[in-house]
Amino acid sequence: MDATQVVFLGIGAVILMAAIMVVTTRNLVHAALWLIVTLFGVAVVYALLNAGFLAVVQVVIYIGAIAILFIFAVMLTRKDLLESGSQHNRAWWLGVLVAVGAFGGLLWILRGWTGIQNVGGEFPAGFDAIGALGDALVAPNAFVLPFEVASILLLAALVGAVYVAFTRR
Amino acid sequence: MTTETLIWLIPLPPILAFFLIILLTNRRKGLSHWVAIGAATLSWAAAMSVFVQAVGQHELAKEPFASFINWIPTADSWLKIGVLVDPLSAIALFFVAWTILAIFIYSVGYHNFGQPAGDHDVPGLPPHGATIEHGGHNHVVPSIEPMYSRFFAFISLFAFGMYTLVVSDNLLTLFVGWEIMGLCSYLLIGFWYAKPSARDAGVKAFMTTRVGDVFMLLGIAFVYSATGTLSYREIFQPQVLQTLAGVSTPILGLSAAGLIGLLLFIGTVGKSAQFPLHVWLPDAMEGPTPVSAMIHAATMVSAGVFMVIRIFPLLSLDPRTMTIVAFIGAFTALFAATIAVAQNDIKRVLAYSTISQLGYMIAALGAGAYVAATFHLVTHAFFKALLFLGSGSVIHGMEHGVLHTGKHIDAQDMFNMGGLRKKMPITFWTFLIGGFALSGFPLVTAGFWSKDEILASTFGGHMGVFITLAIAAFLTAFYTMRQITLTFLGEARTEAAAHAQENVWTMTAPLILLSIFAVGFGWVGIPEDFAGLRGVSSNWFHHFVGSMLGETHAIEFNWIPLLTSLTVAFGGLFVGWLAYRRTRTPAEDALQIPVLKKKWYIDEIYSALLIRPAYWIAETLVYQTMDKGLIDGLLHLFGKGTAAIGSGLRNVIDKPVINAFFGDGTAHVVQGTGRNMRAVQSGRIQQYMLVALLIMMVVAGLAYFLLIRL
Amino acid sequence: MIPISWYLILAAALFSIGLFGVLSRRNAIAILLGVELMLNAVNINLVSFWRYGGIADMSGQVFAIIVFAVAAAEVAVGLALVISVYRQRRTVLADDLDLLKW
Repeated sequence: MDATQVVFLGIGAVILMAAIMVVTTRNLVHAALWLIVTLFGVAVVYALLNAGFLAVVQVVIYIGAIAILFIFAVMLTRKDLLESGSQHNRAWWLGVLVAVGAFGGLLWILRGWTGIQNVGGEFPAGFDAIGALGDALVAPNAFVLPFEVASILLLAALVGAVYVAFTRR
Repeated sequence: MTTETLIWLIPLPPILAFFLIILLTNRRKGLSHWVAIGAATLSWAAAMSVFVQAVGQHELAKEPFASFINWIPTADSWLKIGVLVDPLSAIALFFVAWTILAIFIYSVGYHNFGQPAGDHDVPGLPPHGATIEHGGHNHVVPSIEPMYSRFFAFISLFAFGMYTLVVSDNLLTLFVGWEIMGLCSYLLIGFWYAKPSARDAGVKAFMTTRVGDVFMLLGIAFVYSATGTLSYREIFQPQVLQTLAGVSTPILGLSAAGLIGLLLFIGTVGKSAQFPLHVWLPDAMEGPTPVSAMIHAATMVSAGVFMVIRIFPLLSLDPRTMTIVAFIGAFTALFAATIAVAQNDIKRVLAYSTISQLGYMIAALGAGAYVAATFHLVTHAFFKALLFLGSGSVIHGMEHGVLHTGKHIDAQDMFNMGGLRKKMPITFWTFLIGGFALSGFPLVTAGFWSKDEILASTFGGHMGVFITLAIAAFLTAFYTMRQITLTFLGEARTEAAAHAQENVWTMTAPLILLSIFAVGFGWVGIPEDFAGLRGVSSNWFHHFVGSMLGETHAIEFNWIPLLTSLTVAFGGLFVGWLAYRRTRTPAEDALQIPVLKKKWYIDEIYSALLIRPAYWIAETLVYQTMDKGLIDGLLHLFGKGTAAIGSGLRNVIDKPVINAFFGDGTAHVVQGTGRNMRAVQSGRIQQYMLVALLIMMVVAGLAYFLLIRL
Repeated sequence: MIPISWYLILAAALFSIGLFGVLSRRNAIAILLGVELMLNAVNINLVSFWRYGGIADMSGQVFAIIVFAVAAAEVAVGLALVISVYRQRRTVLADDLDLLKW
């Protein structure tokens, strides 16, 4: 058991525990904060996977924008009754069932995969991951088109969100 | 044209007149009577021509004028119909033609042609008089009959029937003519159809003669089945007659000939109003007087006797049948005469007199004297028609007086008359001649000769018949003189009688004509050795008619029948005059005995025995019980049963099973299912996702295990 | 060395938890939180496959970047919708939004 494995196990526990808190806590602000914890954990996992850029982007985008957005939304939709009543609907046990079923199913599928114990090769030294990522994103024979489409998507989402949330005077 | 063709044509003008009047001239009274009288004249001319030729023909009986056609094909031969004029038909043509013509002319005056239409006259009721202005004040005069043309149409049809019967050579066309006359008598008796008594009398006449006609039809059928033919000349062949006389039948032990004769005779009993089927003739006086004269004196009732004379060869073969015939004839003669002495209506007396005289003829036939019967038939036709037309004239004159005085009295009641001798002289003298002829006034009247011959024929061989007929002759003379005395002699008993007046020439001329025959016709039948005077006459009639059956010599003259007939005639006339010359009211009439006035209660007996049970059967038994109760009950039961089945099925099967179970049940099930299934679509996406994922997991698992692993 | 299976199991568990949150939380925002968890799980999967597959092939990371963008867009629009619904109906409970039916 080397250091990375220990780190991983710890981070994995943190992630899962925080995730469980996200989906079970009554107070939504708490849920959003627990989400932030989860997202941090995921960023660490990215780092462990030598995807440094993604780790940073995760923090910046997810935590810095999305989670904040969540908190804003919770604030704006706050009611006195928000804290009352169960936070789960009546068929939550079915949700448990389905979640467990999904988990079990995914594991089951993974069992048949031969590369499951793949340990993974050494990360090549001098490999410029970020540069390669940048190349991939803008190279015409690579992923420039999805990239541009994604930006248009963001534009559309922007316009749409503004429009939807716009209050008419 | 030949005589045979002429004979075929004799019945034709009246039937043409009938159709012409009905279809074309019904609205024009004058034209109608010209058509009818024209037709009657044509037939008269043809009949006279045939008669003259027949009389001039030598041995007419052996070679009669005959002609036939093949009419209906039967299995191996034809049913033939045709015409035959032998001595009997020739004599019949003579008197039928003259009387029909006289009556047609008389009807013009009787129905008041030329008079104005009545004030309140409606078709269906006798005319009641019209008010006219004359000399400043109103007179009520007799009015014209509203149904004038119809009358002439009917009597034309009647004439057709009679001529057909007379000239036919077979029983079938005889029966056709017989039935046509029966129909016409119904139509004419009920001529004034709005009078209930007239309607009832018409039905009674038709029904009663129908009873006779049924038996006659049986007789005709029997003839046909026994001999295969209906023509006289073929039936009366000697070998055929012998065969019929030899076969015996189970009824009364009669031979076939006797049974046929009896059956056909029953038809005559109905048609000629013999006892017990005589009840229709007095009621038939409801019809207009020309009808009474024609139908019930001269022609229709004579047709019955004519038919019996026709089948005399057949009838005479069986002595038992002859006895029955003689008995019925004699009985009827006396029976009707007893009733006639108590009648007050001038026409009723004549009606019963007719029945009685027909009885004479039938009795004579039963005794075997067919020549005498034929002679009396002819003379009776003339003088009885004369008497009826005379009574019509009397009534017509009385009507005039009734309208003049305005009092409504019965113009036909003899006790309302009296002294009409001065007011209506022609009617009086002709009626007197007719009455004397009926009574048998000696030497100058035809009735004397014919009645004397009947009495002479029955004397000796059939004494019972002779005595009965003699008594009846006395009664006949008695009631005839009673009638004449009450009507014409003495003083007028009512104001109407005082104002009676003589009638127009169209009514009096036929009276005069008939009275000539009533006097003169008798002289053709005077016996050769009458009263010991040999060779005083050739007795043409006897030779002429007698040649039919080979009876060529007259009866031996005997003083007793002659004296008897003289006694009864004079005696009856004298006693009648004596008894009634001073009678003023019915209360003084000693002979108003209820049993005689009520016709020996025969009508009441028939009503109780036959009519009321028949009504009861029809009305109660068949109609109420069977028809309404049983059959309608069954039908109602069916109806109710079907309705019950229908509603039962509806309530048991239709509503619960089909409507509720299948119809509504399906709807409920669908509704419930829908209601339950609606919960699936809650609109909540979490639920949708749950369900989708669950199912996806199930399908994936199934796919994995079934497709990939296997 | 960490076998890939650990990463995959982690992702699977995170995914399941997120799924549970989506299916059973009443608050619409909480549902979106669950969706975020699921998307993160997907990203972990993608990156681990990039790392343990051919590193030279950057399509794993690119896909993860795209997912980032999509997730951001989705959250933006989704929360805008929730706020708009809240304004209209004064409720954020998913159970109250049941118009998606016939």
